[in-house]
Amino acid sequence: MAEKGVKVFGMWASPMAIRVEWALRLKGVDYEYIDEDLANKSDALLRYNPVTKKVPVLVHDGKPIAESTVIVEYVDEAWKDGYPIMPADPYERAQARFWARFAEDKCNAALYPVFTTTGDTQSEVVREAQRCLKTLETALEGKKFFGGDAVGYLDLVVGWYAHWLPVVEEASGATVVTDEELPLLKAWFDRFLAIDVVRATLPDRDRLLALNKARREQLLAA
Amino acid sequence: MASSGDERAAAVRVIGGWASHYAIRVYVALKLKGVEYEFLQEVVGNKSELLLKSNPVYKKIPVLLHHGKAIPESMIILQYIDEVWASNGPAILPADPYARAIQRFWAQYTDDKIAPASLVLRGVTNGGKDEAAAQVSNALQHLEEAFVKCSQGKPYFSGENIGFLDLVLGSHLGWLKAAAKIAGVRVLDEAKFPELTAWADRFYTHHAVKDVMPETDRLVEFNAYLIEVLKAKASN
Repeated sequence: MAEKGVKVFGMWASPMAIRVEWALRLKGVDYEYIDEDLANKSDALLRYNPVTKKVPVLVHDGKPIAESTVIVEYVDEAWKDGYPIMPADPYERAQARFWARFAEDKCNAALYPVFTTTGDTQSEVVREAQRCLKTLETALEGKKFFGGDAVGYLDLVVGWYAHWLPVVEEASGATVVTDEELPLLKAWFDRFLAIDVVRATLPDRDRLLALNKARREQLLAA
Repeated sequence: MASSGDERAAAVRVIGGWASHYAIRVYVALKLKGVEYEFLQEVVGNKSELLLKSNPVYKKIPVLLHHGKAIPESMIILQYIDEVWASNGPAILPADPYARAIQRFWAQYTDDKIAPASLVLRGVTNGGKDEAAAQVSNALQHLEEAFVKCSQGKPYFSGENIGFLDLVLGSHLGWLKAAAKIAGVRVLDEAKFPELTAWADRFYTHHAVKDVMPETDRLVEFNAYLIEVLKAKASN
């Protein structure tokens, strides 16, 4: 019997998985969400993504796709008559992809050390993270969202910052995104979090904070 | 209607380098699409003003300049070319969304796994050569299986014609051959990877590729030069 429908293999605290949910919800697509225990991955996940074995994985009518940014573009193309996620203009599409890659490769790498360090080292890495985010912020200038008047691809890729960064800041005893240093980004956080599909999916803040606090303790003790 | 050759070539310019596998992707893609372009060669260790202005974030090649608009990052450039010159020649990415997703997945995988390992084998970045060779081998194993699924018996990952994944993986071939020589390891082992080996031969001899894929010895020589330049910069 041919498999029908849409499944998302994710993990409740995963920023990569949530962007897939946002994309599907913007398109009005119903999906089954399977929450994975990453320490004990399901047979289904390993069958659908034997190469990298990671979440998220989207399964559409039995066909699996891995890599969240690849999945988001797929959702946009597979449901092309729905909400437009990618910009229409090729040059704007190139810019959106560029900044998404920059955020994934550079900003995420710059943010992680904030979580794993303390004291002067942390202050140093906070400054580095701010520099990175300031560069990303230039893509927001003069706009409500990275996508323009409405959220688009880049908002979905970096949107997790709006909910996760304040939690990481609290867990790490650091402040990265401030009104002084990153005013555009901070304002965009508020606008992004007010979006219906975003509000409907965010992981519980207290739960996320507890998880991050525990992880940081583990990492610092090691 | 008539315009000078310079004026027409200047509409599309590529800031790149003959030895850069990322730039090679762009040259082949433009050739496949029949788009003329001005070739701008960057000098190792001495980045041009134009490069710094066109790609201030990464300061790296290749950068496509289309009527002055700068598009960096090779995979992004390929998609831009595909979209802008959609009516020229065969498509670089397939039409079907699922097939596109599969190609994008493997392309990202290729650059994540093969690119850094290649640099280690070349001695450009530090690391264990054996581990790097194993990483490439493991990746090629997955890509060998992917080739069978994607090509469906046709010559390329994309089928009849060279496409996105062919360009991304194919562009690594020159440096993988050179890296194998430099590190003294076997990389594209015909016994282990018969499909990819045959595909590699087809890719190398394709009319759009053969003039821009550098010879192994030239790359080996260039690699030694690059390492010297990087060493000199590090000690300054």
